[in-house]
Amino acid sequence: MSPSSHTSPFTPEFNKRLKRRYNAERRFKWLGLLAIFFALGFLAFLMTTIFLSGYTAFKQTFIELEITFEKSYFTGEDLKMADYPALVKASLRQKFPDVTGRSDTRMLYSLVSKGAAFTLMGMVEKNPKIIGTTQKVWVPAKDDVDMLMKGKIDMDQPESNRRIKDRQYTWIKTLESAGQLRLSFNTTFFTSGDSREPELAGIRSALKGSFYTLLITLALSFPMGVAAAIYLEEFAPANRWTDLIEVNINNLAAVPSIIFGLLGLAIFINFWGIPRSTPLVGGFVLTLMTLPTIIIAARASLKSVPPSIREAALGVGASKIQTVFHHVLPLALPGMLTGTIIGMAQALGETAPLLMIGMVAFIVDIPGSFTDPAAALPVQIYLWADSPERAFTEKTSAAIIILLAFLIVMNALAVFMRKKFEIKW
Amino acid sequence: MIYHYLFPLLILLGMTSFMLGRWRAVKVASNVGGIKHLHSLPNHYGMLTAVSGILPALLIYGVWLSVETSVLDLRISQDLPPTLMTDKPNELSLILNDIKNTVARTVTVVQDEAVTEAALRYVAIQENYRGIITAAIILVFGLLSALAYVAIRPSLRARNHVESIIRLVLMLCSGVAILTTLGIVLSVLFEAIRFFQIIPLTDFLFGLSWSPQMAIRADQAGSSGAFGAIPVFAGTFMIAAIAMMVAIPTGLLSAIYLSEFANNTFRTFAKPLLEILAGVPTVVYGFFAALTVAPLIRDTGTFFHLSVASESALAAGLVMGIMIIPFVSSLSDDVIHAVPHALRDGSYALGATKFETISYVIFPAALPGIVGGILLAVSRAVGETMIVVMAAGLAANLTANPFQAVTTVTVQIVTLLVGDQEFDSPKTLAAFALGLVLFVFTLALNVIALRVVRKYREQYE
Repeated sequence: MSPSSHTSPFTPEFNKRLKRRYNAERRFKWLGLLAIFFALGFLAFLMTTIFLSGYTAFKQTFIELEITFEKSYFTGEDLKMADYPALVKASLRQKFPDVTGRSDTRMLYSLVSKGAAFTLMGMVEKNPKIIGTTQKVWVPAKDDVDMLMKGKIDMDQPESNRRIKDRQYTWIKTLESAGQLRLSFNTTFFTSGDSREPELAGIRSALKGSFYTLLITLALSFPMGVAAAIYLEEFAPANRWTDLIEVNINNLAAVPSIIFGLLGLAIFINFWGIPRSTPLVGGFVLTLMTLPTIIIAARASLKSVPPSIREAALGVGASKIQTVFHHVLPLALPGMLTGTIIGMAQALGETAPLLMIGMVAFIVDIPGSFTDPAAALPVQIYLWADSPERAFTEKTSAAIIILLAFLIVMNALAVFMRKKFEIKW
Repeated sequence: MIYHYLFPLLILLGMTSFMLGRWRAVKVASNVGGIKHLHSLPNHYGMLTAVSGILPALLIYGVWLSVETSVLDLRISQDLPPTLMTDKPNELSLILNDIKNTVARTVTVVQDEAVTEAALRYVAIQENYRGIITAAIILVFGLLSALAYVAIRPSLRARNHVESIIRLVLMLCSGVAILTTLGIVLSVLFEAIRFFQIIPLTDFLFGLSWSPQMAIRADQAGSSGAFGAIPVFAGTFMIAAIAMMVAIPTGLLSAIYLSEFANNTFRTFAKPLLEILAGVPTVVYGFFAALTVAPLIRDTGTFFHLSVASESALAAGLVMGIMIIPFVSSLSDDVIHAVPHALRDGSYALGATKFETISYVIFPAALPGIVGGILLAVSRAVGETMIVVMAAGLAANLTANPFQAVTTVTVQIVTLLVGDQEFDSPKTLAAFALGLVLFVFTLALNVIALRVVRKYREQYE
């Protein structure tokens, strides 16, 4: 053999090629990292945007008015029928005596929310003795004033383009320097239902609607899902019928949620005549939607119980049913509960099927039962997102923050339960 | 009166009969020398007594609840005051609505005297039926429970009976999945067939113009009602395609990075964070797409002198793609993990770099599974509703320009069905036809995808 065939393999070409191969590898690795940071960066962008535009909604602007409850306003029998808006207007005129002319006074009145009259009514109802006295009252300001206070109206814009005019601005400044304008915690947001006025709108009715809906979903889907999983995992014979059920469950888990809404509309509402827009029908639809999730989780949980447990129970003379209900089920239950919580979290965030069954109605009253018309939290978000008022953007983000908080708590609970009760066999 | 408390009453009755049955079993046993001479435990006898009454009672109750409205509607429509009698189904349903509203006192407007009279009649009929049903349920419960009670003797195989009933209940619960599918098919199919009786199937599937407003009057201008769904399908596919263009590379690359390159600490942080993207409700994405992403894209477009619609397909597709990333990445992750280690080791032994192993060995081996996962993701993108409802347009433009507004199947279903509906106009029925197409399409995708994934798994097991 000639010595040339024994030369080192590390020729310049080889080294060049090797370098190229390693470079390709490095590029690929960076690409992967980039993909992850793109996704996570987007998540961070989403969360910060929502948080920054939403956290201000937890505070609200109030104006202090000196209200004189003159007796002449309360001549009627019913204290509720008194002209409370006139009281507010009188107080504003008194505060700014130099404002005259129709358009100017109207601009002045529009600083204070329509809700001010309700505040006064509440005060008089609670304590009728204040009639005839003069009281200092903090009343909610109009949403435009609120937006200005939170720096969301740009006063550098030409006057015709903004919701707060120059004159109103000077009044607001006067109020502010007199200490009669303040930002304080927005309790209305948590205690009232929906409203056309952003400063009076709250999420209470949507929260209650979601609560009732989820209660029905849980009460139906958990027992049914667990029962179905037990049957399929422990009792079902391996035949066509069982196969059909399994294929069905896997497919249902991937059917678009809006299709479940169509089912609810056609069968539950039109055929069975369950009242529209109610948590009852919402709960039914969400039950059908979450059932596959729960069944799949419950089956996985049953599968992880080792066969030795079953054999031992059968060995000491337990029947098949006793084995399952006394021994296997208690061991599988934590895993089933974890799956159920995750299913409930999905159901809480679901919007599309609820639109189909009419849970998008404008509902002011706070629902008191399963058959009262109600909105759900995600639907409320959808409704507010569609409203043109600037202040509703803030409310929407705030409602999203609340919804995400609930979801985080539920998922954290699921993770905690998995960690705490997980049994390593 | 009792009718409203029927459910709690049944529970109470069931508990009582359980106690009675149990007590009788113990008593019967004491005659033959203690409970060890019974075939089953006393609890089993109690359960048998309770269950044999409660199940038939619940069955009657359930059947009644599901047919109550139809039965009452039928009865009252035969028994209307002469002034309200009508042959037209439309008017009839309006009158029935009036009657029910009067009964529920949801309207404060003073009603027609005939309607008030009919409402009184309605209430009477309802009371009558409910009384009969209540009596029937209690009677059936009492009779069957008593039968079971009398039958209790030491040789009665109570446990076997109870257990076979439990098995039956378990089986019925698993059958709900089939009932749901059946319900979906029936509800969508029936309305869709009614739609296709008015609008021919070919017009729907191949028509190029979609404007589902029907003329209310004959001489009305403009809205003639066109139901050609091609623009709607095209819009759906465009948005789904944009979404997949974002989701497939990002999802795949992150899955490969996480499973092949990342160290453990990075993985434990990045993976759950990626999963959060899947847990964010779609309505939140929709709000974000409409409020932040769409204006951002429009402003960028204006900067480059492009005209971008404020509800561009790009914004909706982009955000939808981000939503699907974790879906693609977790499915690909599973699939990549299922590739046997021997393949990897063989490739390394030949001197291949990690990148070469991934692109020449692992990726081809995992390809069928990855394709299955991508098909599932496509079906999700096509069926996604809230993002497109909030960020995509309503007008059905037939265009390939992603900067223009397009509409999708789900958007059309929502706009056609939200609000007041009349169930005989093609406008409402069109939503069900679209729903049928959506269901069939996603079902086909799912079936294929699940089959591919399953086959792939079996290959390496």
